[in-house]
Amino acid sequence: MKRCRLAASILAAAYPVAAQSDAALVAEMQKLKAAVAAAQSAGDNAWMLTSAALVLLMTGPGLALFYCGLVRKKNVLGTMMQSFIMMAVMSLLWAVIGYSLVFAPGTAWIGGLDFAMLRGVGAAANGDYAPTIPHLTFMVYQMMFAVISPALITGAFAERVKFNALLIYSVLWAFLVYFPVAHMVWGKGGFLNAYLGGVVPVYDFAGGTVVHITTGVSALVCALVIGPRRGYPQEPMKPHSLVLSFIGACLLWVGWFGFNAGSALAASSLASSAFVATHLGAAAGAVVWLVAEWLHTGRPSALGAISGAVAGLATVTQGAGFVVPFVGAVYGLAGGLACFYLVVIVKHRLGYDDTLDAFGVHGVGGIIGAMLTGVFATRAVNDALKLANGEAAPLGWVDGNGGQIGNQLIGVAIGIGFAVVGSWVALKITAALTGGLRMEAREEIEGMDLVLHGEEGYNLEA
Amino acid sequence: MKKIEAIIQPFKLEEVKAALKAIAIEGMTLTEVRGHGRQKGHMEVYRGREYQVDLIPKVKMEMVVMDARCEEVIETICRAARTGKIGDGKIFVYDVGEALRIRNDDRGESAL
Repeated sequence: MKRCRLAASILAAAYPVAAQSDAALVAEMQKLKAAVAAAQSAGDNAWMLTSAALVLLMTGPGLALFYCGLVRKKNVLGTMMQSFIMMAVMSLLWAVIGYSLVFAPGTAWIGGLDFAMLRGVGAAANGDYAPTIPHLTFMVYQMMFAVISPALITGAFAERVKFNALLIYSVLWAFLVYFPVAHMVWGKGGFLNAYLGGVVPVYDFAGGTVVHITTGVSALVCALVIGPRRGYPQEPMKPHSLVLSFIGACLLWVGWFGFNAGSALAASSLASSAFVATHLGAAAGAVVWLVAEWLHTGRPSALGAISGAVAGLATVTQGAGFVVPFVGAVYGLAGGLACFYLVVIVKHRLGYDDTLDAFGVHGVGGIIGAMLTGVFATRAVNDALKLANGEAAPLGWVDGNGGQIGNQLIGVAIGIGFAVVGSWVALKITAALTGGLRMEAREEIEGMDLVLHGEEGYNLEA
Repeated sequence: MKKIEAIIQPFKLEEVKAALKAIAIEGMTLTEVRGHGRQKGHMEVYRGREYQVDLIPKVKMEMVVMDARCEEVIETICRAARTGKIGDGKIFVYDVGEALRIRNDDRGESAL
């Protein structure tokens, strides 16, 4: 007893806290809790700001280089501008109203105006979406998705569309397709939202439906409505620099870690899981396309390898944070093979000119990824969705929830529906406002760089 | 004076240059050109779309030599550039009316 008291007095001397009152202890605990939360927020915020920058890197220079290398050299600047201008225009549109229409509380189909002009979007976190990072970080991260989406579509109508038509179409497309579909899948109360009060829960981790299905299907609509390039397919239209495309594709691969792993919205183990799944998807996509091409044409091409990687990435996007990382390779295999079949074999039989294969890669990959997620999504990886009893809800068919495949199908159908109708309406309005979507015949022969922008990409004599 | 114009395979260029140097012919003008004779081009495939490429890279060498050395130079180029396969190239020989060295007004063979 005496020894105990002695020990207590020694402890009290060594740790003054123990001698303080309960109230002081509580205050100390709260300070510690706040410090822990701040540390987590700092870590998460660092990763999410990095991810936002990585997703921007995908558009410029990633996609701009990937696309511009595939066109003829008279259109190199015009094609790069089609991506770059989205970094400016879509960013502003997102800040003014886009973010609000997607993420502010509203109806099941479209968000409200609470966050218009970024009102109330500041340092404090938005608990609905990302409770550990500033609301501003979440907003700017999502902004980069709105930037790259219309840029992806431009591959379908490369080398022939007027610049003013591109701008008007892209803005209309954002309102008619991207904002509603993104709200439905990711926005609070959205019709397809799996977590925040949706009717039909669709699992779309990083935008397989929101980005790749909407853009890929819109691309097909554009290719059909706008029509092929003059001289297609009789005249040769070889890619002018696969070196540029190569660099662009590699930057896309790197940036995609921000796109998919960043969609964990935290520097968490889920981000690691999505990161690995994404990487394996790209790797498997590259390998399977290359092998298919080797067997089909006799040679494994560089363009085939990079196309396969992008197809694998587009496919794995929807499931990245829902599936066991190794399943990412399954996404890559399935997506790479299907995209190869469509781009290399089916497209030439059908004769439409989806110039840079925006539909063949993003549309096909997106749809396959959405369906595979209904099969492979598992609570073993993502336990954010809880049952009433607090246990993690079963996600896909592998968890015994076979009905999810039907839900994913509904998501795909809605994505396709919005893309077809929205794009068609946007194209018709744009054509009426601009007096025609396409450049004149003479202008198209001369090239976008000189006619639209008054410049040339390569001034070799300068 | 004769002008010798030789269109050869690019990968044979260094051998031809070395052979000409060995017989003390050092002046020449080179151009990278594209073309084809009887040799057919090749097929390129981009995402399943096939392109027949007829014009293939060649090197065009031009040099003007004294009449007395013309045969020797032609033989040297032929020997060095020949693989025996289709696509080895052609040599054309022209008469040259006049030659002039800009630096000092030398004319004729002394300008070579």
